[in-house]
Amino acid sequence: MSKDIRLKKGLNINLQGEADKVYASIPQSQSFSIKPTDFHSLTPKLVVKEGDKVKAGSCLFYDKYDDRIRFSSPVSGVVTEIVRGAKRRIMEVRITADAEISYEGFSFDSNSSREELIDALLVSGVWPFIRQKPFDVIANPSDKPKSIVISTFDTAPLAPDNDFVLHGLDKEFQAGIEVIKKLTDGKVHLNVDGNTNPSKVFTDCLGVEINKISGPHPAGNVGVQIHHIDPINKGDVVWYLYPQDVLTIARLFSDGKYDVSRMVALTGSQVERPRYYRTISGASIANMLKENSIKAGSNRFIAGNVLTGTQISTEGCIGFYDSQITVIPEGNEQEFLGWIAPALHKFSMSKSYFSWLTPAKKYNLNTNYNGEERAYVVTGQYEKVLPMDIYPMQLIKACMIEDIDTMEQLGIYEVSAEDMALCEFVCTSKIEVQNIIREGLDLIKKECS
Amino acid sequence: MKLFKNLLGSVKPHFEKGGKLEKLYPAYDAFETFLFVPDHTTHKGAHVRDAIDLKRTMFLVIVALIPCLLFGMWNVGYQYHLAIGETATLFENFIFGFWKFLPLIIVSYGVGLAVEFAFAIYRGHSVNEGYLVTGLLIPLTMPIDVPLWMLAISVIFAVVIGKEVFGGTGMNILNPALTARAFLFFAYPIYMSGDKVWVHDAMVDGHSGSTILGELAASANWQSLSFNPFDMMMGTIPGSVGETSFIAIMIGALILIATGIGSWRIILSTFVGGFLMGTLFNMWGANELMSTPAEIHLIIGSFAFGAVFMATDPVTGSQTNMGKYIYGFLIGVFAILIRVFNPAYPEGMMLAILLMNIFAPLVDHYVIQGNIKRRLKRANA
Repeated sequence: MSKDIRLKKGLNINLQGEADKVYASIPQSQSFSIKPTDFHSLTPKLVVKEGDKVKAGSCLFYDKYDDRIRFSSPVSGVVTEIVRGAKRRIMEVRITADAEISYEGFSFDSNSSREELIDALLVSGVWPFIRQKPFDVIANPSDKPKSIVISTFDTAPLAPDNDFVLHGLDKEFQAGIEVIKKLTDGKVHLNVDGNTNPSKVFTDCLGVEINKISGPHPAGNVGVQIHHIDPINKGDVVWYLYPQDVLTIARLFSDGKYDVSRMVALTGSQVERPRYYRTISGASIANMLKENSIKAGSNRFIAGNVLTGTQISTEGCIGFYDSQITVIPEGNEQEFLGWIAPALHKFSMSKSYFSWLTPAKKYNLNTNYNGEERAYVVTGQYEKVLPMDIYPMQLIKACMIEDIDTMEQLGIYEVSAEDMALCEFVCTSKIEVQNIIREGLDLIKKECS
Repeated sequence: MKLFKNLLGSVKPHFEKGGKLEKLYPAYDAFETFLFVPDHTTHKGAHVRDAIDLKRTMFLVIVALIPCLLFGMWNVGYQYHLAIGETATLFENFIFGFWKFLPLIIVSYGVGLAVEFAFAIYRGHSVNEGYLVTGLLIPLTMPIDVPLWMLAISVIFAVVIGKEVFGGTGMNILNPALTARAFLFFAYPIYMSGDKVWVHDAMVDGHSGSTILGELAASANWQSLSFNPFDMMMGTIPGSVGETSFIAIMIGALILIATGIGSWRIILSTFVGGFLMGTLFNMWGANELMSTPAEIHLIIGSFAFGAVFMATDPVTGSQTNMGKYIYGFLIGVFAILIRVFNPAYPEGMMLAILLMNIFAPLVDHYVIQGNIKRRLKRANA
């Protein structure tokens, strides 16, 4: 039975620079990079070296601890550089693309058994798109998830609109769902936005459980949805993936290609004409920025949204899971008595500034910390932005002191860093919530394995 | 503004690593961040942050205290002139009170911040904003004639024993402002209770300056008092400087609740708890304090001031929403209970809040256990 869940808690951060619903075409990017750091806790084992020629779908590296999980090149071209960080950790595999992409030829039958489908996804390098809760890591192919969840909408600030992105792709989406359905004995939950009229691509989808979720951010987060639909207890595993990745799976079986082309929204107050671009996962954002124009000043480029994204350079690349690039101004300027001023341009969830009087106003937020880190003083803030039956502050404190029993009791398996990003945003004491939760999850994962 | 920037810029090198005054960096940092919101940008996690910080929070509590502060100053002058039998204008009363009260504020902030800075420098952490509020709350809970050296000692006690030994702002168990008051109350009771301390110079004068609670405890019927409920609402009665005016306190409460800084849950449940307990005693009615109507109990003494400004301290109060209701309710209950049964000192708010500070973590513990049980039940279902 499908559910209709209305969430009250949460916070929509209205930012300037929402993408117009148009897409621009740009010449295919020359430089690509695949970042092992996009995959949390992955230790990559390289199979290519600098100078190697690869095709789209050729394996670049695999998981050192599970060699079935392979990562493929998004385009054909030459491996130009392997960028290493501290302790020779592999940060990026850079590829210079051919003018015309040539693909590794795969031929898989979408009507095969579960094991054969999993093999197909693994061999082609599509598997990493499927991730699991708890821990937010790539799904373990040996697990049997109790359900698979797809959130068809993103409530994060300036997030791309999947209704627009997937418009008219009903057949492909359904084809992808048919494959995904076979991966679990449980249900496939397709969660649609209850705030709007969701696209027919999702509402007419067959063979899935369609749940309506409404409310402010983080209502679109898979973790929050799972909490209300099919909660995770210790030992449970739920898989999830993003709507655009369903298309990638569909194309693998229909065209026999590792085709990770996707729509990416270029957003943020510093972008002159925020809009969508059709590009390829891993592509450099340089072409996008060239076609558009970025306002002067010192800017921050983020792959992803302002709450959970990663900072990149102007030459940086779209991450494996990203479908959004955000550009906002840096806030590296001092402000005279900024904490006393009424400051009408500032945004706050609390009513200590006047932004609550103008809920529809769109803000141009910069990267300033707006304060300094302090010990916890204020209470009750986190609860307002976490629509889960969980005590966030107590959970965070349990993570800080690495008390595994308490972390489990307080529901660590149900949360992930992104679900608590808003807690970090609203925190008066400027505590690095996401990092603490991530480390807590890593600790549990280490102890459990 | 540019002047400040240049000034700070010119002295900054001395305080930075390798400078002559390197160890005093926390002190420099406190001044710099007081004047300017720092230029720090996010480096991990969320790239944008809410505009609120601890300075803003504390600043808004100060704003909420201003009505009590202004009224308290005026009332000091008013009570004095009443006692000596002179009439004075509103402005004269205020100016008189202002000059009497100013030294208390200066001593409180001066001594308290000195201790805070010393600890920050010694421990090498930045100066926390907590004392901005504590420093004003302490003198507001004092009788006007408290000797300044006593105030200084109590401030040192509150900051060192009440706060810093636990690790500073955010780590303390007891409300620091009430710790200061409790210290003076037990160390120097003559200066903190009785009927001679609440009005300036009343000791010399012979004028009875006892508080309403003092008179009630001395078995005066509440209707025979020289003050009517209107005086109690307005606050034209003797008492600690900030506590007398119910109206001024309620203005502060509105500011705290509207800005979301003070927990309405705690404020509301404290009043509910006090009212229910008062009603219960009304039915019993064994002495004058018991038979004083419950609603009168809420507007006299330090009940309202404690409920709005002391009980709502988020650090020492309960942290869960459910816990806040229980915590506030019990404060109200205990405040009236102590007020009615304590023969030595007919005010219970301070002790009730300090007691519940101790029990707040226990209240939270049971609320959270409930959540844990819910989760276990779900897993076993």
